[in-house]
Amino acid sequence: MNTTAETSATATTAPPEDRISFVEEIKNLLYASEGNPISTCIQCGTCSATCPVASGGFMDNSPRRIIALIRSGFKEQVLKSNTFWYCASCYQCTVRCPRGIDIAELMYGLKRFTVWRTEHQEGLIGPTFSETFVKMIMRTGRSYEPVLATTYLFTYGLPEMLLEAQTATTLMLKGRLPLLPARIKRLENFKRMIRHIVPLGD
Amino acid sequence: MKKYAYFPGCSLEKMAHSYHMSALETTRALGIELEELEDWNCCGATAYFHVDELLAFTLCARNLAMAEKEKRDIVAPCSGCYKNLFFTREHLKHDADLAEHINEALAEDNLHYAGTSAVRHLIEVFVQDVGFDAIKAKVTKPLKGLRVAPYYGCQILRPRKAKEDVEQPRFFEDLISAIGAEPVDYRLRLSCCGGALIITNRRAALSMVRNLLECAVRSKAAIIATACPLCQVNLECYQKQVNHEFGTDLNVPVVYFTQLVGLALGIPPKRLGIGSELVAVMPAIREAIEAEPVVAST
Repeated sequence: MNTTAETSATATTAPPEDRISFVEEIKNLLYASEGNPISTCIQCGTCSATCPVASGGFMDNSPRRIIALIRSGFKEQVLKSNTFWYCASCYQCTVRCPRGIDIAELMYGLKRFTVWRTEHQEGLIGPTFSETFVKMIMRTGRSYEPVLATTYLFTYGLPEMLLEAQTATTLMLKGRLPLLPARIKRLENFKRMIRHIVPLGD
Repeated sequence: MKKYAYFPGCSLEKMAHSYHMSALETTRALGIELEELEDWNCCGATAYFHVDELLAFTLCARNLAMAEKEKRDIVAPCSGCYKNLFFTREHLKHDADLAEHINEALAEDNLHYAGTSAVRHLIEVFVQDVGFDAIKAKVTKPLKGLRVAPYYGCQILRPRKAKEDVEQPRFFEDLISAIGAEPVDYRLRLSCCGGALIITNRRAALSMVRNLLECAVRSKAAIIATACPLCQVNLECYQKQVNHEFGTDLNVPVVYFTQLVGLALGIPPKRLGIGSELVAVMPAIREAIEAEPVVAST
């Protein structure tokens, strides 16, 4: 489908010989997945064909190709790819994979892997959006749309920004946008609960 | 009267308030009670799972533990909330270590998770617990002649492999038939609306929304019915942006299934939150709801 991207990765570095291989790292990411390991992938391309984002031509590497790149150890190309950040979590690939690989879960795993290492492709809205969201929930326990808007609005060009502002204004007039952030009642308990999992403070 | 622990989720507080209103109105009319879970917290949406899975499971487990305390099953009207709660429960069932770790954290809020409450989507409660016959029996204003495109979206169906109806579900069509409307068959009824990509990859999401809307309109749907606030917002509130981006002329109303059920039960549109849409609903439904009420079936 995407022939230029299909050939671009082959020229760069060969698989590195680290203490733990990239394939192993990814395998570890999926330790809890109930699906089959990606070593069982037969490269049939059902995932890519069934993916509404890949088949629309929006991903630089299709899901099938991401699996091939992981198995060949092309770590950098994988981490810098937009594929998993453009996954909408529709689970069509997971349901249809003839080898029973949980591909959507692999995409989640790759998102987390690149967030922790801050090694994702630059200019993506996804990582910033997700991190802002997490911080917001840690503070209040509930979601509040206007905070989130700041994570993407400034990446837009003027026409898109105006369109977005127009949509927001109409929603506001219809009473569909919150003016004040909601918060849960037992917030102190909630925060202590979170610190149990992530011992970071606020 | 069966009672459930109702988990509205963040969207239903404002953005999808009409879903909240119509969910409460219709369930009451159908003889079931949704009691809002006290002090529920955000399910983590997709974003939390992008950053830290353990924390995301903990957020969901807190809600599940509170429902257990009330000895009720938990009902989510949002497909995203439903999926997160459902899979947290599945994971904790199979991973005792994870459950133990999360329970240590939950103790900070004097809660304990045991896995005794089931997780249900609101449409499941209508279809499975109330049932088509009981719904039909309460219909006073069948929506005759209204062509409705049932939009399933993703997460009420996938990724539950064990369920046989993942690829060919019919329950949404049957629900539409039960209220006297006409379900429209269209190819993309199970395709993704773009979800959170509407923010993180606007162009991709708009193009997915466009495909979906055009497909439904080509099949002569007068209205689209959804079972998820994010689907509703993407399909409805972004129609104008789709038109701007692709030069299309789309103008199809998108409502929640509870709003249509409510109309058929004779509940006034206003009490179902109709009127807060960006694409007007009344022109599409006027004819159906202003027909003479049926006295008895022939």
